[in-house]
Amino acid sequence: MTAAIFSTPMRRWSILPGFGPALGFTLTYLSLIVLIPLSALFLKASEMDLSAVWRILSNPRVLAAFRLTFAASAIAAAVNCGAGLVIAWLLVRYRFWGRRVVDALVDLPFALPTAVAGVALSALMAKNGWIGSLFAPFGIAIAYAPPGIAVALIFVGLPFVVRTVQPVLQDFEPELEEAAATLGADRWQTFLKITLPALTPALLTGFALAFARAIGEYGSVIFIAGNRPGFTEIVPLLIVIKLEEFDYRGASVIAVASLLISFALLLLINLLQRRLGAHERG
Amino acid sequence: MSAANAPPFEANTEMRRDRPALRDPRWARWAIFIFGIGFLTLFVVLPVVTVGIEAFRKGVPAYLDALSQPDTISAIDMTLSVAAIAVPLNCIFGVAAAWALGKFDFRGKTVVMSLIDLPFSVSPVISGMVFLLLFGLQGWFGGWLRDHHLKIVFALPGLVLATMFVTLPFVARELIPLMQEQGTDEEEAARMLGAGGWRIFFSITLPNIKWALLYGVLLCNARAMGEFGAVSVVSGHIRGLTNTLPLQVDILYNEYNMVAAFSVASLLAGLALVTLIVKSFLEWRYADQLALTRR
Repeated sequence: MTAAIFSTPMRRWSILPGFGPALGFTLTYLSLIVLIPLSALFLKASEMDLSAVWRILSNPRVLAAFRLTFAASAIAAAVNCGAGLVIAWLLVRYRFWGRRVVDALVDLPFALPTAVAGVALSALMAKNGWIGSLFAPFGIAIAYAPPGIAVALIFVGLPFVVRTVQPVLQDFEPELEEAAATLGADRWQTFLKITLPALTPALLTGFALAFARAIGEYGSVIFIAGNRPGFTEIVPLLIVIKLEEFDYRGASVIAVASLLISFALLLLINLLQRRLGAHERG
Repeated sequence: MSAANAPPFEANTEMRRDRPALRDPRWARWAIFIFGIGFLTLFVVLPVVTVGIEAFRKGVPAYLDALSQPDTISAIDMTLSVAAIAVPLNCIFGVAAAWALGKFDFRGKTVVMSLIDLPFSVSPVISGMVFLLLFGLQGWFGGWLRDHHLKIVFALPGLVLATMFVTLPFVARELIPLMQEQGTDEEEAARMLGAGGWRIFFSITLPNIKWALLYGVLLCNARAMGEFGAVSVVSGHIRGLTNTLPLQVDILYNEYNMVAAFSVASLLAGLALVTLIVKSFLEWRYADQLALTRR
């Protein structure tokens, strides 16, 4: 029967009109604005043979930028996991005056333009700034040094962790913690053995989102970084410099490399999280 | 509890009343409270306060003077123009995508959904550079554009394209889960009663999604006006011609004109605060009509 061939329909039949035009428009728009331009990037990078690609990527300045970007992003995402967990706990488990305001403030890094965050953070962290001046006597520079980059990335990444952990903590069954308490566990044991494992997948997602965002972050970092080649130069800035030198191929190779690495990391964390989730469900 | 050393907060009421096992020790509550508020103050509140203080460092006249410079006025104009084109287009896209993905089931739906999310995981710098590769002088269409005296990169169209790329997911992401959640019953009933597609959309669907749509547009607009990296790459930084407000902050800051840089930055910080306030209001008032996946 021919009908059997179509037993897995391309789409479930619906009485509603407009599917074709809506999907057509969606795909056309998406292709024109995102997919075709992005594939142009990959095509540009593929114009070069592998040895040329390797020459660009193994350049010490490029390698240093990659090392710095990934290290600062990982540190910032890890700090955000700790701080984000505490803030989510505070918002879910406690009731205090002004909680709604604190809750809204968590989204500020999403709303504040990155350039504004950049100039503000560098003014704060500079040697004569409010916070920078506290560290300057000890010879610790935050702005125009690697720690400043981490500070900017902590700023942009914080909401990702809070907003992924918060709903999970909200839905977490308190009975589990109570059961642990009846069995004689103290609060800290309960947290370590019961609550934290339940929150781990959300923490991992938050880490991945904050990390991925940090890898590509440009606006908030370049103001505070100082941008010295090989020392405080991040990958996105290196791409911009190559573009300004009209080295479009070099820029494309670096861009594709950083995109692929962050996609691979996201995929890895996704898989890890799925395994953890499967483990949780038994 | 004696008032003297009582913490300025209490445990979540429902948990406090009947769940003594969930009470953290007092020192832990204090530590969590102080660390949480302290961290947010340090990393989130202080930067915004700094913008305000630096902007008014030399008084109100200097502030107003910085904002009334011709370059700043044209940057305001440019930012508004870019947002006025990019936001409505992405709004139409979001609604169309939500209609196709939220109301119908078809093979490959999850693929389309992750493609819509793609701009979120691409660096803003890369979002801008792809248009340079296509329309720049050395780009694929660069020669053709030059021969026809058309300018995309280093001009308004390039700024709009880069902004559209970056802000494309905002409205769609807000609407798709909500429309999926709402199902198709109401629309099907309208169809049975003889309503046409547009009629169904304007009298049934749109009223159901209007607050979520506003929410998405709000976030989309905030990002469109504040975008820096993508726009910076395609703008060419031509003063008074292709500078948006965030780029103007960059230029003034690099000229060590701090008062002016922070004055312009204060406009954007104000926009962010207004966005947050309206967003919180929508979340509080219309929580049930926004995507249920959110708290």
